[in-house]
Amino acid sequence: MNRKPLLFGRIFLLLFLMLGMILTGCNLGKKSEGEGSWDFEASGTLDTETQEQLNTAKRIFYALPSPLETAMLIKNAGAAYNEELMNPVSNSSKYITSKSKALNLGIYSTDLSYASLFDQSQATLDYVGAAKEMADGLNILDAINEETVTQLEEQINNRDAIIDIISETLMNSSSFLKENDLEGTASVVLVGGWIEGLYIATNLVNEHDLEDNKLVERIVDQKLSLDIMINLLESSPEDADAQAVLEDVKALKTIFDKITIDQGEVTAVEDPETNVTTLKSESSIKITNRVFTELKTKVIEIRNSYIS
Amino acid sequence: MTKKGILFISLLTCMIALPMAMNAQCKQFAKNTCKASLDPYQHDGNYHAALLIEGEEAELYKTFYSDREYRIGVCGANNLEAVEFKIVDTRNGKVLYDNSLNDYDWKWDFNLESSQQLKIMVKVPVPETNVDEPQEGCVAIMFGSRDD
Repeated sequence: MNRKPLLFGRIFLLLFLMLGMILTGCNLGKKSEGEGSWDFEASGTLDTETQEQLNTAKRIFYALPSPLETAMLIKNAGAAYNEELMNPVSNSSKYITSKSKALNLGIYSTDLSYASLFDQSQATLDYVGAAKEMADGLNILDAINEETVTQLEEQINNRDAIIDIISETLMNSSSFLKENDLEGTASVVLVGGWIEGLYIATNLVNEHDLEDNKLVERIVDQKLSLDIMINLLESSPEDADAQAVLEDVKALKTIFDKITIDQGEVTAVEDPETNVTTLKSESSIKITNRVFTELKTKVIEIRNSYIS
Repeated sequence: MTKKGILFISLLTCMIALPMAMNAQCKQFAKNTCKASLDPYQHDGNYHAALLIEGEEAELYKTFYSDREYRIGVCGANNLEAVEFKIVDTRNGKVLYDNSLNDYDWKWDFNLESSQQLKIMVKVPVPETNVDEPQEGCVAIMFGSRDD
């Protein structure tokens, strides 16, 4: 009797069962029955020694504003829509290196979010195409696929649905890069999106109208994210693209350091009816026209180097 | 191919496929459970999730802006005990929220009078029983916001 087919059969059965255990053990896709009850379960245990080793190392995450959040902040500050400030989609064919593709994935994602928040249907479709080209160029599988484009076309007059689709594509890109140990590339994408937001915002401000200007406050607030950004980029020392971008961020930091933000102590006060907490604190900012112009000039220089 | 060869390839396949499958599940968990529960707040598109072991801690740094309402969601797989989290002012370490004082609620809704950099400290507790076999599961930290 030939035992080879039997052996192959057993091995494949074993593999099939293991895959089944992984998938079914995790209860994927089942709806949660209520807030706070989770429907996912990952199998796997580790010995006590491994546990003790891991206890000594904390996982640290640095969260930058996403392109969508950046665009929301700009719109929320009462800014106007100006298509001339966006990176033309015709530039997309210029980007050949992984660095330029990653930066411009972030840049086009911010432009896409900015256009969609201002209900610019045609620009939204154009910019999702440009972002898709960058994501495809980075081999980010299925972050933005044909189905995404079709969904956008079908929902083009439904802003909430469009924003949901954009949020989903950003999460797909970010998770793909992180799961494939491309944290450095994920950071470069975020910096590209952040620089584009800063470029749009600084160019929408009248330099002679800095007092009590919401958009100026939002620009100044970016000072609070600079150390997060530097730590994030420094956590990928082996990534040459991330290290190159880090130099740009450090150059911006020297200008942001000339801006003063005075913050008082924060007190948390919860509204018992809504369960929403307000973090109460006083804050004031100080930025001169000269420093604003210096910041704007530097942002233009960096952004233009990214899109050229 | 020899028996040993087939077994080697099978084991290698499992070693490669298992972490990939776990990561993919973590993403699905973050998307299907945590992101979906942020509603009516709009998810920002960022992805912060990892497989953590009981007893393991994580920290996340982020700037939150005035004139926006936020929901922070810290979601743990259901094979883990309820995940603990604290929100801390990065300037002085002052604890602004502690979910252990709120029945380990998975979410926290808040707004700010002025923009702040905050730190989210997360810990997967070790249960009193079964300490010799610590569990591993996905933990996701996600943010939603809306206009104030």
